[in-house]
Amino acid sequence: MKPKLKFTDVTTQPPDTQRRKNDLSSFEYTHRAEITSVYPLTDMETIYRIQIIDPEERRRFKFVPGQFVMLEMPGIGEAPFSISSSPSIHGEVELCIRKAGNLTNFLSKVGRGAHVGIRGPFGTGFPMEEMRGQNILLIAGGLGLVPLRSPIAYVQENRSHFKEVNIIYGTKSPAHLLFQYQYEVWSKDDINLNIIVEKTDPAWKGSVGLITESLLKILTGRDSEFYHNTYAIVCGPPVMFKFVCNMLNKFHVPMQKMFVSLERRMHCGMGKCCRCNVGSTYTCLKGPVFDYWTVMNLKEAI
Amino acid sequence: MIFRIFEKKELRSLFEILAAHNKIVGPVETGRDKDKNPVYAFAEVSDFNSIKLNYTTTKLPAKRYFLPFQEDLSTFRIKDGNWQKTIDYNAKEPLIFFGLHACDINALNKLDKVLLHSVYPTPYYAAKRKNMFIIGIDCVPQPFCFCRSMGSDTALHGFDMFITDLGAKYFVEILTDTAYNFLKNIKTEEPKEKDHVLYMKTTAERNKKFTAQVETTDLAKILDMEFQADVWKQWGDKCLACGTCSNVCPTCYCYGVEETVNIDLKGARKTKSLYSCNLIDFAEVAGGHNFRPERHTRLKYRYYHKHRGFVEAFEESLCVGCGRCGQACLAGINVPEVIASVRGGKIK
Repeated sequence: MKPKLKFTDVTTQPPDTQRRKNDLSSFEYTHRAEITSVYPLTDMETIYRIQIIDPEERRRFKFVPGQFVMLEMPGIGEAPFSISSSPSIHGEVELCIRKAGNLTNFLSKVGRGAHVGIRGPFGTGFPMEEMRGQNILLIAGGLGLVPLRSPIAYVQENRSHFKEVNIIYGTKSPAHLLFQYQYEVWSKDDINLNIIVEKTDPAWKGSVGLITESLLKILTGRDSEFYHNTYAIVCGPPVMFKFVCNMLNKFHVPMQKMFVSLERRMHCGMGKCCRCNVGSTYTCLKGPVFDYWTVMNLKEAI
Repeated sequence: MIFRIFEKKELRSLFEILAAHNKIVGPVETGRDKDKNPVYAFAEVSDFNSIKLNYTTTKLPAKRYFLPFQEDLSTFRIKDGNWQKTIDYNAKEPLIFFGLHACDINALNKLDKVLLHSVYPTPYYAAKRKNMFIIGIDCVPQPFCFCRSMGSDTALHGFDMFITDLGAKYFVEILTDTAYNFLKNIKTEEPKEKDHVLYMKTTAERNKKFTAQVETTDLAKILDMEFQADVWKQWGDKCLACGTCSNVCPTCYCYGVEETVNIDLKGARKTKSLYSCNLIDFAEVAGGHNFRPERHTRLKYRYYHKHRGFVEAFEESLCVGCGRCGQACLAGINVPEVIASVRGGKIK
C-alpha cells in the first residue's frame, strides 16, 4: 500500500437555500440581488428595496418579522440590516439604512439597478403567531422603528387576529421621524399610533416628551386582564430598553411576553465570529429578538 | 481501541515512509530564549532529525494550519459595474501532524464542536480538518500548564494514533483505519502484560508532575455570582489589551471580516482575520457605541466566553489549560491566578 493520504473535498455539494442548517455550502452563499428602488426618508436614512435576481431563489426566500440579512457590496463591505418590509412579500426586502460607515455611505452613492449580495435571512423573529388574539404594544425609539415596520405590516395585514394595537414611536425631533408617509395608513384599521418627540419645532403639533410618558398614559387605568394579555415589542437605543421594560414590568406585563431586538455588529451571522456574543449566547443565532426573561439572564445585554 | 508497541527506531521509518508522499508538520526548535531555554514552533518538516518529539510546548499553537490568521473567504471579479463571486475553501492537500500534545488535540475537539458540529458549519475549517492525519504524543508537564484541571491532559478522540514514550519502546494507541494501515509499514507487536504495567507506571509518574491548578468546581456559577467583583477591575488595570492571549490560544476562533478592492479595480476580496475580544473595537457597533469600552470588561468577557458561555452551550470549557496565554502575556496575567482571585483569593 502506498502510504499517501486521500484528499477529501468538502466542496462538492451545491448550496441549498432551504436546507441551511448543517449545510457546509451555505456558509458564504450569497443571493445575487438588485436594488430596485431607492426612497430617501430623511437626510440620513434611505429605504432600499432589494430584489433577488434568480427567480427560483426569489420564490424560496422567506423571512419572519424581526430577522435580518447580511448585505454585501463586493469590495466595500458587509453588514447586518433588519428587514423592514412585510413578510408576505417573498424574494424582496426593504432595508432602511442610515449613513454611518463605509458600506452605507457607498450604498447612498449607487442608485437603482446596482447589484448587491444578500446572505440570510438570519436570526430569530417575533413570535407573531403566538401573539394572535392578544393586545399588541409596539414601542420604538429612533432607528428602532426600522425592524418594527415588519411586525407592524404583519399586524396590519392580519388586523382581525389581534385585539388592541398600540404603536408608540419617539424620536429626538420632528426632523428625525421615519416613514412619515405611512402614518396615515398605520392609523387606519383601528391602530392607535402615538408619536412623541423630545425637542419640538414650531411646526410640530404632536406630543413632546419621552416614550415612557406615552407608555404610562396607555398603561395607567387598565385592568390586570389587559396587562396579562399584552405582548410588547421594544426596539431602540440601549438606554431605552431599561426604562421601557422596567415600566412594563411594573405593570405586570409578563416578562416572556416582552420582546426586544438587540443590536450588535456581526461579521458572519452564523455564530462563528463571536462579534455579537452577549453573555453565553450569540445575537445572530439566538437573537436579535429575545424575550425579556432571557435578556434579564444575560450579562451586559442592554 | 487497538494498542501496539514498537521499537523507537521504527518511528523514524514511519516518518520517512509518510514524508515521502505527504506534507508533515511537527515541532521544531527555532532558537533560544533569554534564559537559554529552547523555543519550539510547529513547522513543515521533511527530515526526522529536525523534529523535536520531546518538546515542552510551542509558543504558538498549530492554529495557522486549520484557522489561518488571515484567509480569503471569497474573491470577486468586477467588470462594468457587475461582479462574480468565487468561493475557495483554501484546502489543497492533506496534512500530517507529527507529535501533537493532548492539549492541542483537545483544542481541536473543542473547535470541532462550534465550527463543525453546530448549525452553519464552517467549510473553510472543515475542509482542512477533514484532511488531517494526527499523530499525538505524550508531553512532559510544564510548571505553567493546568490541563489536568481542565480535563485535557489526555485525549480520547480527535487523533489517528497516539504514542507514549516507554523508555526503550513506543506504546501506540490506534483510533483510525488509516493509522492502522500506515503502521503495517513498520514492525509493531502486540503489547504484553509487562508493557501495560510499564505504560501505567509511566503515566502515573507523569501525572505527579502537574503543578499548576485551577479549581473548576462550580466555576460557571461562581463567575456569574462574581460578575461585579472588584478583582476584574484590578486585572483590567494590569491588562494592556494587546490581544496576545488570543493570538497564542489554541481555541480562540473569533474573527473580523474586511473587504478590499484590488488596485486595478478589476477584483475584490473578502478577508477574514482572527481577532481578539481584548481589542478595543471588538464590541463596537454602527454609530460608534461600544458595548465593552473598558479594558476590564473585555478581559472579563474573555474569561466568560471560555469558562462560562461555552460551558453553557457545549457543556465543557473552551480552555484546554495549555498555559500559553499566561506565558505570553506581557502583563503577567495568567488563568490560574485570575480564576483563584475570582474565587476569593488575593491578587499577587
